[in-house]
Amino acid sequence: MSEVLLSVSGLTAGYGAIEVLRGIELEVAAEEIVAVLGSNGAGKSTLNRTISGVLRATNGSIRFAGAAIERENPAAIVARGLIHVPEGRCVFPNLTTNENLDLGGYRRGRAGRDRNRERVFEIFPRLAERRSQRAGTLSGGEQQMLVIGRGLMAEPKLLILDEPSLGLSPLLVEELFALMGRINREGIALLLVEQNVVQCLEVARRAYILEQGVFVLNGKSADIRDNPDLKRAYLGL
Amino acid sequence: MLSLTILVPAILNGLLTGAVYGLVALGLTLIYGVLHIINFAHGALLTAAMFAAFFAHRLLGLDPYLAAVVLTPMFFVLGYCLQRFVIGPAAHGEDRNVLLVTLGLAVVIENMLLYAFGADTRTINLDYAFRIVDLGIAFLALPRVVGFGVVLAVTLLLWLVLSLTDTGKAIRAVAKEKLGAQLSGIDVAHIYAVTFALGTACLAIAACLLIPTYYVNPHIGNAFVLVAFTIVVLGGMGSVTGALVAGLFVGVVESLCGLYLGESLGQIGIFVMFILVLLFRPSGLFGERA
Ligand SMILES: Nc1ncnc2c1ncn2[C@@H]1O[C@H](COP(=O)(O)OP(=O)(O)OP(=O)(O)O)[C@@H](O)[C@H]1O
Ligand SMILES: [Mg+2]
Repeated sequence: MSEVLLSVSGLTAGYGAIEVLRGIELEVAAEEIVAVLGSNGAGKSTLNRTISGVLRATNGSIRFAGAAIERENPAAIVARGLIHVPEGRCVFPNLTTNENLDLGGYRRGRAGRDRNRERVFEIFPRLAERRSQRAGTLSGGEQQMLVIGRGLMAEPKLLILDEPSLGLSPLLVEELFALMGRINREGIALLLVEQNVVQCLEVARRAYILEQGVFVLNGKSADIRDNPDLKRAYLGL
Repeated sequence: MLSLTILVPAILNGLLTGAVYGLVALGLTLIYGVLHIINFAHGALLTAAMFAAFFAHRLLGLDPYLAAVVLTPMFFVLGYCLQRFVIGPAAHGEDRNVLLVTLGLAVVIENMLLYAFGADTRTINLDYAFRIVDLGIAFLALPRVVGFGVVLAVTLLLWLVLSLTDTGKAIRAVAKEKLGAQLSGIDVAHIYAVTFALGTACLAIAACLLIPTYYVNPHIGNAFVLVAFTIVVLGGMGSVTGALVAGLFVGVVESLCGLYLGESLGQIGIFVMFILVLLFRPSGLFGERA
């Protein structure tokens, strides 16, 4: 296994008096795909928000690429190459596809931006066709591609995707998972939160299962996939 | 029925007044559109800017148009610091608090001006203040014509900044999708402060355009901001071009009402129209429908 890119330990976080995450331990290696699975309300998105700095951790540590980031603001964390693509499609609806992408590479120079945009268009040719269209008028699938593309513009080392396949047609979901493999092969680690458990376990190397704010199980995807007892107990399959 | 020779000058004069109203409203609507707060300190800041322009002339002999070149960046910085170091931190992320903080700020600024300069009304005398531009069909006061041109230029400039620059794009992004902006690496606190700064800078320009033909006292800003609120609603909350168009429109309404109902009743038309719009088209005359 290669070097550790993200390591979370003893992490607690929540909203005001409500504690959602309790003692999270998580590691993602460079260029690895890791899945976080769990039922609705388990705290998956809360975990993502805490890692990306939108939500303050109440306790514990988050290290990314050798630096402690649990006290940093989201902009600083983005600059380090940790990009969180949130659930729901947070495109900038009043800006064009191109402008959305530009803002993803906000902190990169203009030269790097043009190169990155070409790369995004190569991965998502549909976005190239719609480069001057206002993002608010893109279809749901196109908006999802756009937010992932916007994340790629920042040259991530780690990309956190929160339910990217939500609301997409089966065909598009298939395509999306193929693209994740491709993005990963370019050297980008993925932390993947998904409802499509089966496909997710196919692409991820390791998986964590979250229940009510604690990880109840983690291991190689293949082991979880091949163990009917585990699948029934934790994933309802 | 009034003849064209009276009507046309009234409309033209209304447009000239309306442009400056529009500039005051521009700052207000920009701040509302991005920070989603109503800045109650807007009027007090306009008053402060007018005092600054007044004393720049009285003490330093600076012509108001020259003063604009100095005061605009100064008020930009002032606005940036107010949002970044006072309003933002004091609000703790609660919109309700922001409202109270800006209201408090307004009271503090007004009372400081009152304490320092008293309640007197002051004017400055400039040799060009009464110069007239003869359009054949109407005589217009030169400073107001200059003001009109400056407002158009400022609006165009602001529009270009918002459309073309990275910071402008970030401002528009934060306005509609704050979380997405944060996660794209945009420093939202900085963008909020820049937006507030732009709004405050607009006031410095408006003050320098007003001072040659207007007077200043510690409450003067409120009269303008009351009208500006109307314009913001008419133009569609948060719409920059809407603010300018609605500003011109309100200027004309005021001027025509003054013509038909008498000078002192000019503003009645504005507020009657305001209530009608709220009743029948709450998203504004020129704004996008919600
Ligand atoms: N802003 C908030 N304020 C208060 N409680 C919240 C907030 N956001 C989430 N919660 C609560 O935190 C818990 C975890 O929510 P979270 O969004 O992390 O779940 P999730 O695992 O992502 O669920 P889903 O699969 O439905 O997206 C839930 O009980 C939720 O009600
Ligand atoms: Mg979620």
